[in-house]
Amino acid sequence: MSSMLVLAIVVVIGIVAFVIARQRAAAQDDGKVKPHSRAHYHGWWAFLLGVLPAVLFLALWSIGSSVYLNSHLHAQMPAETGVASEPLAVSLTKSLANGLRKLDAQQLAALPATFAELQPLLAAKGVALATDTQDYMIPIAAEANQASDRLGLIGAIGTIGLAMAGAFYGISQVQLRARARNNVERLMLWGLLGASTIAILTTIGIVLSMLFQTLNFFNRVPPMQFFFGTVWDPRFAAAGAGASEGQFGLIPLLAGTLYIAFVALLVAVPIGLMSAVYMAEYAAPRVRATVKPALELLAGIPTIVYGIFALVTLGPFLRDLSAALAGGASFIQAQSILTAGLVMGVMLIPVVSSLSDDIITAVPRAMRDGSLGLGATRSETIKRVILPAALPGIVGAILLTASRAIGETMIVVLAAGVAANLTLNPFEAMTTITVKIVNQLTGDLEFNSPQTLVAFALGITLFVLTLVMNIVALYIVRKYREQYE
Amino acid sequence: MTDVTLDTVATATPPARRDIGLKRRYAAERRFRLYGVLAILVGLAFLVVMLLSILTKGYTSFWQTTVSLPINFEEKVIDPDNKRATDPSVLVTANYPALAQKALAEKLGIDPKNKPMMTRLKGFLSDGSRVQLRDVVVSDPAVIGTTRNVNILAGANLDSAFKGQIDLTVPEERRKVSDQQVEWMNKLKADGAMAEHFNTGLFTFGASSRPETSGLGVAIIGSFYMMVIVLLLALPIGVAASIYLEEFAKKSRFTDLIEVNINNLAAVPSIVFGLLGLAVFVNFLGMPRSASFVGGLVLTLMTLPTIIIATRAALAAVPPSIRSAALGLGASKMQMVFQHILPLAAPGILTGTIIGLARALGETAPLLLIGMVAFVANYPATPFDPATALPVQIYMWANEAERAFVERMSGAIIILLVFLMAMNITAIVLRRRFERRW
Repeated sequence: MSSMLVLAIVVVIGIVAFVIARQRAAAQDDGKVKPHSRAHYHGWWAFLLGVLPAVLFLALWSIGSSVYLNSHLHAQMPAETGVASEPLAVSLTKSLANGLRKLDAQQLAALPATFAELQPLLAAKGVALATDTQDYMIPIAAEANQASDRLGLIGAIGTIGLAMAGAFYGISQVQLRARARNNVERLMLWGLLGASTIAILTTIGIVLSMLFQTLNFFNRVPPMQFFFGTVWDPRFAAAGAGASEGQFGLIPLLAGTLYIAFVALLVAVPIGLMSAVYMAEYAAPRVRATVKPALELLAGIPTIVYGIFALVTLGPFLRDLSAALAGGASFIQAQSILTAGLVMGVMLIPVVSSLSDDIITAVPRAMRDGSLGLGATRSETIKRVILPAALPGIVGAILLTASRAIGETMIVVLAAGVAANLTLNPFEAMTTITVKIVNQLTGDLEFNSPQTLVAFALGITLFVLTLVMNIVALYIVRKYREQYE
Repeated sequence: MTDVTLDTVATATPPARRDIGLKRRYAAERRFRLYGVLAILVGLAFLVVMLLSILTKGYTSFWQTTVSLPINFEEKVIDPDNKRATDPSVLVTANYPALAQKALAEKLGIDPKNKPMMTRLKGFLSDGSRVQLRDVVVSDPAVIGTTRNVNILAGANLDSAFKGQIDLTVPEERRKVSDQQVEWMNKLKADGAMAEHFNTGLFTFGASSRPETSGLGVAIIGSFYMMVIVLLLALPIGVAASIYLEEFAKKSRFTDLIEVNINNLAAVPSIVFGLLGLAVFVNFLGMPRSASFVGGLVLTLMTLPTIIIATRAALAAVPPSIRSAALGLGASKMQMVFQHILPLAAPGILTGTIIGLARALGETAPLLLIGMVAFVANYPATPFDPATALPVQIYMWANEAERAFVERMSGAIIILLVFLMAMNITAIVLRRRFERRW
């Protein structure tokens, strides 16, 4: 019985329990004793008692039985598996077991002993299997199927039994003075608390998943070589040919990341800051009401669109322009730091301007009025009073923007190039950490080669880098807000 | 004498005005204002240039050139051994392009035995004709033996030439359309047989190695599945978390930790979520690669902070008097939240959710890592089947060299932007319509 069906049955039991409990509660209310909870709370309590334990049991049971079956399969593998590794043999057996489920009872009863005979039977059902499936796997797979059916049946009976028991208990609990509402609300509160811990779980998940793979990576490549290596050359060697593992130097990637982010900030910070100042201090309300949403539109455009614009339009344009200027050979490559930085800078303009807009408008009115009253012009007030007062906040905003620039992926994937150079020339191509994460992890992967694992080491570097910047930025911004509150 | 006094009065210089550099300062003021205007204009100009460049490249992709040909569904080509009654697969594997080729040769008055001329026809019609004609025959086998007009897709290069995107003044050997083909094209155009039609294929086809038969069908379905998953998971979880943090949690170390976490997750680069999805969902939990379900989970985690932050702001905006009134009338705290606060905060929550969804719809990087860069030709029947997503399809087309793919890619961007625009406008309208100031 599939777990989906079991789940549906459990929910139906719960609904029935809800209806019965509500009716019972309504029938008990004779108007003499004041009931503690309204009827539908009794219904919900019966529903929860029926469904929750049963669903929990089902989940634990399925996890437990799949772990058991897995170890069972591993234990049954002979010492000589006949294929490259034991995990491979287990996964072959698993897909064989899945294929066997397509056969009917008659065919299963007279299962051929060799894979050569079995294959046409399965192929007739549209099951294609790897050719290195071994003969000894057939009885193991058939037995595993039976075991999993058995476990599934026990689990289903247990779950439904638990649901029935819970529902009956819930219905029997219905009494006028029973505190059904408190029970339901307590459970709801736990549910709300559970939902809010998902944020923590996500962070833990991010850190743990990347940490394990990174440690795995550092077992093969020493951390010193990764953090201080200046050559990035991860050869995709064929599996088994471990002699040349390639070099994994972080420095060229980090340099490219920071360089492009720096160019982007050179574009975004002056433009974003000036437009925020103009919007906050000069623009008439009507102008503000039309221009601000238009700039926010820039923020709503997906980054892949910016990347495509850089790749298809701006990159070739800059290349041709430089060719025309130099009269012949172009000195700006189509994929270059300049292109990527420019486009990323434009993407960041609305980020800078909306963050600094908040900060500038938070500067108290009195400071502005004081300066204007002393005869300063508006621009003098802005330059000598407002901006210095807002400086910490603006620094925080720039830090937040920089962390966005470092973590940005699609623009650099399309516009910055893949060659890991170390150069100071902004007209050449450099690559970034995010580009390399994408490069290493798209396509077919094998999960224990350093070529794939390095992506997680890069990922955790990126995560720590942006995390530190965000924490510092948030701290500064918060401190700054408190100052004027 | 009086004259003299008058004179002295008139010529007496007024006390010299102290030079406080007013002129210079006003000039600086004007300059400063100008910088502000310039900054805004640069931003807007870039927006306009970018949208225009995409629009001009992409709008033609909504039309596709087809050739209307009288196809003779000859039995001896489709089913030479006459066994379709017993083996229907004959109809699927028949040599349909030959039928189209023959019809085209007839239309152009070329002798089918003239081999050199026939080879020049190559590429005139799309290989998609195989699927087109097969669908006609499979849906109605009675058509075999009769002649019927079918609009066959033109090849990608002919399509570009027909739309005038190929420069015909370039020497023949350096362009992808031969002079002979151009001549035929003009003849068919004069006939009215070759014409542009609205490109429904762009919305319905799956992945293909040929531009004219590739489309966004799989990507749209994949993106739709993911949006549904994000909505079903992120909205309830996000609202529940915000309710707890805003209405129930007492300030403690634990809630501080949660808040710091949420703020940080909102700023974590999206590609890190992709790494999480790959390591945890695909590798550890063994979920299928390329499936929209996994994509939906990753995007849910990414969208949650946005929704939580918006929801908390919406909840905090409901005035405390509503809470006191509900509690004063004997509602429990749970009843107060769910029956009074939540309905009042709903417009704000909805706006935040739509904006979060729009962000998730345009997100590419994490989906690349969980293997959604896949060549998927068939519609995914469930969220667990391999699929792609709209932005990922755009990325995949960006890596193709052919000109016609760039056109399709720009068309896909237009479609994506229209979706996003619609969502954002809905959010703005909702906010305008339902927002209450207390």
